[in-house]
Amino acid sequence: MTRKAKVMKCADLLRMLNDYVDGDIDPGICKEFEKHLARCNPCTIVVDNVRKTITLYREKSVFELPALFQARLHAALREKGRSKHARKPKR
Amino acid sequence: MDTSVPIIPRALSDADNALVRRAKTGDFEAFEELVSRHERGVYSLAMNMLRQRQDAEDVVQTSFLSAFENLGRFREEAAFGTWVRKIAVHAALKVIRTRKKARIVSLKHAAEAEKGSVPHPAFIAEWRDPSEVMDRKRLQETLDQGMCALPEKQRLVFVLRDIEGLSVREAARLLAISEGNVKVRLLRARLALREKLTRVFGREGGGILPAHPHEQRRSTSAQALLRSYRRRGRVKS
Repeated sequence: MTRKAKVMKCADLLRMLNDYVDGDIDPGICKEFEKHLARCNPCTIVVDNVRKTITLYREKSVFELPALFQARLHAALREKGRSKHARKPKR
Repeated sequence: MDTSVPIIPRALSDADNALVRRAKTGDFEAFEELVSRHERGVYSLAMNMLRQRQDAEDVVQTSFLSAFENLGRFREEAAFGTWVRKIAVHAALKVIRTRKKARIVSLKHAAEAEKGSVPHPAFIAEWRDPSEVMDRKRLQETLDQGMCALPEKQRLVFVLRDIEGLSVREAARLLAISEGNVKVRLLRARLALREKLTRVFGREGGGILPAHPHEQRRSTSAQALLRSYRRRGRVKS
């Protein structure tokens, strides 16, 4: 009996998920990966979920600077600017 | 190949370069303009890393003051925004190390416990459009809850790699861990966040358990989960 060529399983796919999602995967393995996706709907959904998760966080992880802090920050910088200017050696 | 997403768009960094050159000659207004252009990004980075407003504010202030003090040494090989973000990452890590002192666990050594199998997705379902499921405020809260639930070491990698767009190599260097550890932490973070968000945005009744046809064995816990989802109507019998 001849041994079957090793087929990529869901667990294998999961281990390589990062590389696939980041486009950092060996072309040969990528082909196997996509062959698996073509016949495995749950894995296709997981890959899609992960992509959407990353996109959502990348787009929405923005925090507005509190106005009071912003004023304090610029005041501290101006103070630093004045003292730096004051201690600048004369040429 | 180490892929990374450019953090600072070229047009923005070109304008920054002109401001940097003016600031280096002593034009304080130019420096202030640079701060205004990047303060929100640096604050977001600090908040994402630290999840605490006061600490994040301290990091932002320290970072811009340090950038101002060291502007003469900035060689402009990277964009100003990238440079100041790296200063902020170091400042935030310093805060984290101070927090950890009581627990006597370093970022480096915490990585040792990470080896082992990758957690299998427990709930799989196609997503609805998040903006149709909830308003902006609730969406933000949901994302925050997901981030807060992540172990710190995973969150830091996710923030640097996926939100800030650093390469695996850069994230590894900044966190002083191996690239392998970055990849393991990143995979765990992505899968954990996916799991959490899928339970919120997944289509009703569309859930599929990991015990799909390619998996030979169903673990006891998976079977228990399946029963629990069926009870809650999340998956069809």
